[in-house]
Amino acid sequence: MDIAQRDEFQPDLSSLDCTHIPYRLFIDPKVQEQEQDRLWQGPIWSYVGLEDELPEPGSFRTTTIGRAPVVVTRDLKGQLHLLLNRCAHRGAMVCRAPRGLLKTIVCPYHQWNYDLGGRLRGIPFRAGVNGRGGYPADFDLAAHSLTELRLESCQGVMFGSFSSQAPPLSDYLGAAVVEELARVFNRPLRIMGYSRQEVRSNWKLYAENTRDPYHASLLHLFHATFTSHRATAEGSTTTGPHHGHIQSFKGDDEAEASAFRRETATSEYKLADPSLMAGRPEFGRRALSVLSIFPNLVVQQIGNTLATRQIVPLEVDRFELIVTYFGYQDDDPELSAIRLKQANLIGPAGYISLEDGYAVELVQRALANRPDTQSVIEMGGRDTAPAQTLVTENALRAFWQSWGQAMGLPLRDAGAGESHG
Amino acid sequence: MDEVGLRLRVEQFLAAYTACLDEDRLEEWPGLFTEHCVYKIIPYENVAQNLPVALMFGDSQAMLRDRVTAHRRANLYAPHRYRHLLGPLRVRAAPGEQTIEVRANFAVYRTMLDPADYGRSELFAVGEYQDRLVWEQEQLRVLEMIVVVDTAKIPTLLVTPL
Repeated sequence: MDIAQRDEFQPDLSSLDCTHIPYRLFIDPKVQEQEQDRLWQGPIWSYVGLEDELPEPGSFRTTTIGRAPVVVTRDLKGQLHLLLNRCAHRGAMVCRAPRGLLKTIVCPYHQWNYDLGGRLRGIPFRAGVNGRGGYPADFDLAAHSLTELRLESCQGVMFGSFSSQAPPLSDYLGAAVVEELARVFNRPLRIMGYSRQEVRSNWKLYAENTRDPYHASLLHLFHATFTSHRATAEGSTTTGPHHGHIQSFKGDDEAEASAFRRETATSEYKLADPSLMAGRPEFGRRALSVLSIFPNLVVQQIGNTLATRQIVPLEVDRFELIVTYFGYQDDDPELSAIRLKQANLIGPAGYISLEDGYAVELVQRALANRPDTQSVIEMGGRDTAPAQTLVTENALRAFWQSWGQAMGLPLRDAGAGESHG
Repeated sequence: MDEVGLRLRVEQFLAAYTACLDEDRLEEWPGLFTEHCVYKIIPYENVAQNLPVALMFGDSQAMLRDRVTAHRRANLYAPHRYRHLLGPLRVRAAPGEQTIEVRANFAVYRTMLDPADYGRSELFAVGEYQDRLVWEQEQLRVLEMIVVVDTAKIPTLLVTPL
């Protein structure tokens, strides 16, 4: 491709066909820049943490919405706030730890002093020194607060938005997702730890990965062999007009598991210490559910491991994945021990998750210099209707619908394809 | 055994331990642990907050064998090799106690062996080994190994033990 041709690739698309995604959307830095303005600062809700991470007045937790640094605080009255983590004076980052306790927020640069709701309370040398310098007499502290953003919680899961146009959170999520969150976040949590990994791919490749229920039985051999996550298992993929997508699987019986092992020639593969998979029934027959909420949250229940995964875009070809592991405050020691053991399944060293980072990097590498080609997302039809099957890509198409909407792109009808759900 | 002699044996043991991983003799790795043991790789981020979640955890030699089996047969990842560099050992064996406590800083460099990245080396993880060793038939074995990684942000994935 010569330079003249390359210049023709503007990030703007005239429309988006959710069954064929131009690879340019994963490699063009201009797309990443547009996402920051249109998507991350647009009328959407981004996951910013769990209320249980802010246990007492003065607790704070820093994170980002897209690439914009933000901080969630619990003020001295217990009220939660979401603030842009940027001093109203000259722009320095004011909260500089991942999390902690504060009485006031003091900018390290010139000591502008804010309360935990972001209101400016004091500035040094306001009246100058010996009558010289200082701020004008009409300088209004109240007009220089930290920028407060919208914050709403659903079942203690906190979401933030830059935009006054974002619908109420419960409308954004939809009833099925609210119900799913209520199922997992049903009582006070015990935060059990964090993991982080930096992956060299565009964040949207990972967002696709989490909405693709059938790669798990093909890519994650461990998963297919030792858990019920087989494409042949009884399960469903729920999508809808909203921004959350649920895939869930029931536990299956040993006969079905054996049949799968025969088919995939893994029958000799056994665990020397089966205690890893000896969990405790906790959510009825539901062995697994993965809830993806556009744009940056995954809530997972895999056996007895419970976690949120936050997708943080860094550069067009780099993202960070932050996993927050939790149990419940009323977990007995045995259940806590089960969760800690099953934590082996997920995260950067997870038996059934470590391949995901590798897979999306394989895609990213192969995309270099191929902005003019596109992927095919037609498994299970061309629509986004809910499906009583795992062999579908309906939730990927739904992701791209949400993405196209957020980016302000008209969605192009993919044709008269029927659902094969 | 005198202090110098013990120190030498511990040093030889840890050199053998890291060589086993660096030379991709993973099948021998579980045998360096006692049958009932603890092995965990835990980010300093969690240690600092007294949070228990580890990235990799095993409480039996059999669980470590399962890690190796998955590494060889189930998991998919870009092929790579490690080089462990250990700092000076701090060895503490109280008289009359059965276990020997060892602490050592480490750095692990990872060199990629996949075609796209062949030969690229990078610092993969840095941290501290916190070990409790015991004698078993006159050989040192790991009773407990806590690998505290300061490198909380794992580059892509962690499949090979540290």
